[in-house]
Amino acid sequence: MSRQGTRLDAKKVNSELFTLTYGALVSQLMKDYDNADDVNKQLERMGYNIGIRLIEDYLARTGTGRCYDFRDTAEKIQAGFRLYLGISPVITNWSSAGDEFSLQFETNPLTEFVELPDNCLGLKYMNVLTGVLRGACEMVQMDVTSWFVQDQLKGDNVTELRVKFIKRLEDAIPAGED
Amino acid sequence: MTIHNLYIFDKFGCLLYYAEWNRLKSSGITREEEAKLMYGMLFSLKSFVSKISPLDTKKGFVCYKTNKYALHYLETPTGLKFVLNTDVNAQNVRDLLHQIYSKVYVEYVVKNPVVNLRDPIKSELFKVKLDGMIKQFPAVSKAS
Repeated sequence: MSRQGTRLDAKKVNSELFTLTYGALVSQLMKDYDNADDVNKQLERMGYNIGIRLIEDYLARTGTGRCYDFRDTAEKIQAGFRLYLGISPVITNWSSAGDEFSLQFETNPLTEFVELPDNCLGLKYMNVLTGVLRGACEMVQMDVTSWFVQDQLKGDNVTELRVKFIKRLEDAIPAGED
Repeated sequence: MTIHNLYIFDKFGCLLYYAEWNRLKSSGITREEEAKLMYGMLFSLKSFVSKISPLDTKKGFVCYKTNKYALHYLETPTGLKFVLNTDVNAQNVRDLLHQIYSKVYVEYVVKNPVVNLRDPIKSELFKVKLDGMIKQFPAVSKAS
């Protein structure tokens, strides 16, 4: 009944295994789908499913409350990257309206061994992240979208993920109440 | 201290889990009706509390007390609602609620990939872990 004895130490899972597992997943998707756009879409959907669960773990671990504003959200997203991937992307390039920012990654453990061949320039290797952000934010009543504007795998100096706030989702109201 | 019963609701107001330990009197209505009533009350109380508050509240409604029992309420930012009825002298129940969320719900429901998060919780493991946590709690509160 007890799983205590078989639980893995969360801090001791080999990061290369993780990196290579993700790589195997992406390359299998490349085989299964002919075109890179479809692969990007699948990665995003997988990320979404990860995000809606990951947010619960994040909240349980950090005990954090609701965000005051989108800058607060940006910092919490950054903390999430630190917690789960051990990296601290830089928050930068705020839009004047304060509803859009960029996360810049100098390093990324998941792309450590990756070199994109010429025939998959359309592939967004880390597109799973856009899904994770969408899923996680949706669970805390925020509709956000994100996309890559720069990618180290395609020769840019940094990888830049742009995140945009769309709208606040309303809480569900029980039937018969206003 | 005595813990009477626990309700867990999802963000849509569906009852995900119910358990009772020392409940001496039943409400006389079905479980579904009771859950609906409970959720409706929580919802109204929550909006009342934030409307009437003279200060800007962040946490909002956390508990109410009668002369016989106290109802403790924890809502996560994802909209999950944990409701625990205890006797009036119970201490640190908020910690217990947070522990139920982080050590039992997240570990044994969220991290189980084959479980649909919108379905009522049927897991035996969840039940056992929850029971264990509730039963050891009085000792924890005495120590602190």
